[in-house]
Amino acid sequence: MKTLGTLSIALALGMSVSASANESVTEAIGNAKQWAIQTGDYANTRYSELAQITKDNVKDLKVAWTFSTGVLRGHEGSPLVVGDIMYVHTPFPNVVYALDLANEGKILWRYEPKQNPDVIAVMCCDTVYRGLAYADGKVFLHQADTTLVALDAKTGETKWSVVNGDPTKGETNTATVLPVKDKLIVGISGGEFGVQGHVTAYNIETGEQLWRAYSVGPDDQLMVDPEKTTHLGKPIGKDSSISTWEGDQWKIGGGTTWGWYAYDPDLNLIYYGTGNPSTWNPKQRPGDNKWSMTIFARDADTGMAKWVYQMTPHDEWDFDGVNEMILTDQDFNGQPRKLLTHFDRNGISYTMDRETGELLVAEKYDPAVNWTTGVDMDPASPTYGRPAVVKEYSTEQTGEDTNTMGVCPAALGTKDQQPAAYSPKTNLFYVPTNHVCMDYEPFKVSYAAGQPYVGATLSMYPAPNSHGGMGNFIAWDNVKGEIKWSLPEQFSVWSGALATAGDVVFYGTLEGYLKAIDAATGEELYKFKTPSGIIGNVMTYEQGGKQYIAVLSGVGGWAGIGLAAGLTNPNEGLGAVGGYAALSDYTALGGQLTVFELSD
Amino acid sequence: MPKTNLFSAIGVIALVALPLQAQETDPNLVADHEENGRWMTAEGIPTYKIEEDGTVDWATFSGFRRYHAECHVCHGPDGEGSTYAPALKRSAVVMDYYDFYTVVAEGRQKVGGGQNSVMPSFGTNPNVMCYLDDIYTYLKARGTDAVPRGRPAKRAEKSEEVAANEESCMDS
Repeated sequence: MKTLGTLSIALALGMSVSASANESVTEAIGNAKQWAIQTGDYANTRYSELAQITKDNVKDLKVAWTFSTGVLRGHEGSPLVVGDIMYVHTPFPNVVYALDLANEGKILWRYEPKQNPDVIAVMCCDTVYRGLAYADGKVFLHQADTTLVALDAKTGETKWSVVNGDPTKGETNTATVLPVKDKLIVGISGGEFGVQGHVTAYNIETGEQLWRAYSVGPDDQLMVDPEKTTHLGKPIGKDSSISTWEGDQWKIGGGTTWGWYAYDPDLNLIYYGTGNPSTWNPKQRPGDNKWSMTIFARDADTGMAKWVYQMTPHDEWDFDGVNEMILTDQDFNGQPRKLLTHFDRNGISYTMDRETGELLVAEKYDPAVNWTTGVDMDPASPTYGRPAVVKEYSTEQTGEDTNTMGVCPAALGTKDQQPAAYSPKTNLFYVPTNHVCMDYEPFKVSYAAGQPYVGATLSMYPAPNSHGGMGNFIAWDNVKGEIKWSLPEQFSVWSGALATAGDVVFYGTLEGYLKAIDAATGEELYKFKTPSGIIGNVMTYEQGGKQYIAVLSGVGGWAGIGLAAGLTNPNEGLGAVGGYAALSDYTALGGQLTVFELSD
Repeated sequence: MPKTNLFSAIGVIALVALPLQAQETDPNLVADHEENGRWMTAEGIPTYKIEEDGTVDWATFSGFRRYHAECHVCHGPDGEGSTYAPALKRSAVVMDYYDFYTVVAEGRQKVGGGQNSVMPSFGTNPNVMCYLDDIYTYLKARGTDAVPRGRPAKRAEKSEEVAANEESCMDS
């Protein structure tokens, strides 16, 4: 397919030659009736202008139609809607369905890739997949085995495919891709297998690899300029990554890139975070382990990093930095600023200037967070931007073969990948969170290619001295760095939120409820129990003049592993067994799409 | 099909049908003698030994740690199972020791017919294989509720024999 030029493909698709991929995505995203990429828009706000469903009438919501995906196990991400077609994806085996919304959801086409099932065994935490992306008349599927496929959106015909990684080394995929201009931005999973994480850009028309930027390694592999790439305003200098690792450890250093990507068209920068350094035993990898646990801003065309910020130097708790970057233009201390807000696994919410990488706010978004007393915000300080680690909760300082107890949050993070939403009407962020703490005992492990490279034992339990539940759904003020309100949840909230111009916020729960709440107050306005636990993200679209809300059910993911049998608190001593709710008492496996509408 | 010998089949029946006291006499569970710092049944199969004050033998404790590093990401905490992977605490009691060993070393696939379960082969992973007897011992103790969920509160010290074996296995 590489021999086909852009022109002939564009003509074959019956499109105007001047319409670049960039315009097609911008146009698709700009139409609130559609949901063309997983994050709703480039800024990751998960906000929809649709306003038929309001806080006053959402109580009249009912199920419009449902669709079984035919696949069990964890369903993350959400369907897409472009025109009259809905695209639904599944976890492994990564089936794609195109449903005709104008014809009662009839299946227009389906695509089921052939994948070696061995890949299932090297996916760390269930076989989740966070969904498709649309651009330029094509739907992009990134399979578990890292095969990236461009499908004709109308017919399901394969236009091209490339392979992004090697599953025999533990390289897999769980993330969506982001179409940006004439490129697809693509990440990789495998932090628990000693993968050297990277982000890759492919030509959107041909699948040709254009650039690949690693998270850890020498400067040329990192795609940084030692003089121009900055960390908190200062050049990062030569060998910024390899000087923070012992010997060649960076080669199996992790820093995988399985989260959500954001793009600012004006600055032409893409934003994403990198995952944990491998192994989970910090003693085995001395140094800051740069640039794991880092927010990256890269030029979309060249891939060169403009700025970086490492949130958790020398990770001791598995606090991957991959969560979404939400791009907003807001007033900050009276000045209009281009902001980036990021709710990190480590329990701190960061508000930054996305143009310069300046750190503006770093505050805990769960009061239970205890591993740090806070981030040094003094630019003159030698530890500027670093979190002050509390010795009692430092698995590095307590050391190998010692159980560090009562660390909050747990390795799940105060939030994992489940994305937050932002409403420009309230200037609030709506954040699904975990309220779980842990004991963590690191010990020596050996590396073997394609085998787990973990090196720590964890026990997790609900945050002590709190409401006893394992989650909260919070509204967050990113300028003040404050929780506005917090709704306790029995289980971790593992579902992506949706905010709408109807002043309603939606999210799902692990028991399987779709919930609608008042965007201003958090008051619960509606709930419905779907057939299985929800770890998918809520989306909305309009079809035939009517607004719909849709969500995938299908319990699983890391939440399904940790919570299936219920958690225990070892610190409460023997006999505490069964003291906490077991997810298996509430829900069972099953992939299903549920679509809601207002009663007439 | 895993071959099931008569010996372990009897063990299963005993567990299902008899009260706790009977488990204490189950030859598949009872610690008979120590071998290289590890408790064994009369037949030479690894097993746990829990003192009256709740102190667990080193292998059971080590198994708890290794299980929660290598196995729990699929099989859930404390051998209890997850939304998609079976509860291993039962497997360790129900399955023949050698079959258990083979599945871990070689892996197992159940794909098709609505199932997408793949157990990887850990045969080349020293972090699993050097500790497989420990993991087996721990899961057996969980399967009979000889140890409760969570981290064992009290444990025996690691013997020099065990430490030496561990070192040679991990370095080989």
